[in-house]
Amino acid sequence: MKFSKGVKDGLPIGVGYFAVSFAFGINAGAALNSWLLATFISMTNLTSAGQFAGLKIMSSATGTLIELAIASFFINLRYSLMAISLSQKVSPSFTTSKRLLLATGITDEIYAVSMAQTEKVNPLYFLGLMTLPYLGWSGGTLTGAVCGQILPDMVVNALGVALYGMFIAIVVPPMKSHRPTLIAVLIAIALSFAFYYAPVLKEVSSGFAIIICAVVASLICAALFPVRDSSETAAEEAAK
Amino acid sequence: MIDFKTYIEFLAVMTGVTYLLRAVPFVLLKKELKSPFWKSFLAYIPYTVLSAMTVPAIFYATESRLSGILALVTAVIASLLGRGLVVVAIVACLTVLGVDFFF
Repeated sequence: MKFSKGVKDGLPIGVGYFAVSFAFGINAGAALNSWLLATFISMTNLTSAGQFAGLKIMSSATGTLIELAIASFFINLRYSLMAISLSQKVSPSFTTSKRLLLATGITDEIYAVSMAQTEKVNPLYFLGLMTLPYLGWSGGTLTGAVCGQILPDMVVNALGVALYGMFIAIVVPPMKSHRPTLIAVLIAIALSFAFYYAPVLKEVSSGFAIIICAVVASLICAALFPVRDSSETAAEEAAK
Repeated sequence: MIDFKTYIEFLAVMTGVTYLLRAVPFVLLKKELKSPFWKSFLAYIPYTVLSAMTVPAIFYATESRLSGILALVTAVIASLLGRGLVVVAIVACLTVLGVDFFF
């Protein structure tokens, strides 16, 4: 398995990441008032939902490091599952040091493409596969953050909902095809409303509110409607 | 606006936690997770996180309450009609642009 095949397989992922990351760049550039700081988040993290929650906590006046650590943990915990299953799919040439170097490339889409290969995945192929997604993700944030600084306020304001639009596009299809996912989402939204408007609950900071909404809704649905295999909810297609 | 030192601390925590979640199991764990309960929990997490982050936050993400609410409505409709990520995002943006321009 060659580096060049990996690059080719990674192209569509890279294009998709550019678009999502552009939207992140608009929001992050505005929140941090710096295209450099915004881009650096994407270069080091490579995770959409995690970065967005992180940005929210970072830019809120009450955000704390422990809140950020817990939010990052729950939102990105699924990567651990992918890492475990990928670890059985890679060739013996994937040594410990190479695993440490390339682990950042484990995202929903890169994982899905790796698992779809008929052969064992070697380090060069995996490096090729993550190259364009990494460049697309970093470049998208840079472009979005720079555009946010030059475009008129009204346009930037409108572009600010692009990321929410993409989240909606990720969540709605499985809600339509898989009833338990619909229920999970509705529980999460109901709780989220409570944390916005109910007395006492609205004092809870936004990061912890998201953690509690997501964990409670997911626990309830995991108990009531266990998923046989994750393709039922198409978790691999979800935001990286 | 946060200062640079605070930014670096937050970035380090976020990057560290995210990296360790990927790297530690990739290096150390060779057995698949068996529990259907925890597998299901993790399958639901992306959707519950994204929806809790979007609603009702999107209502307050724009100039007026109305444009935020309508952006949610048009994006859901576009998505129900089977449109992809980028098209749904553009529909949401155009809704905000149109509503905030005329009202």
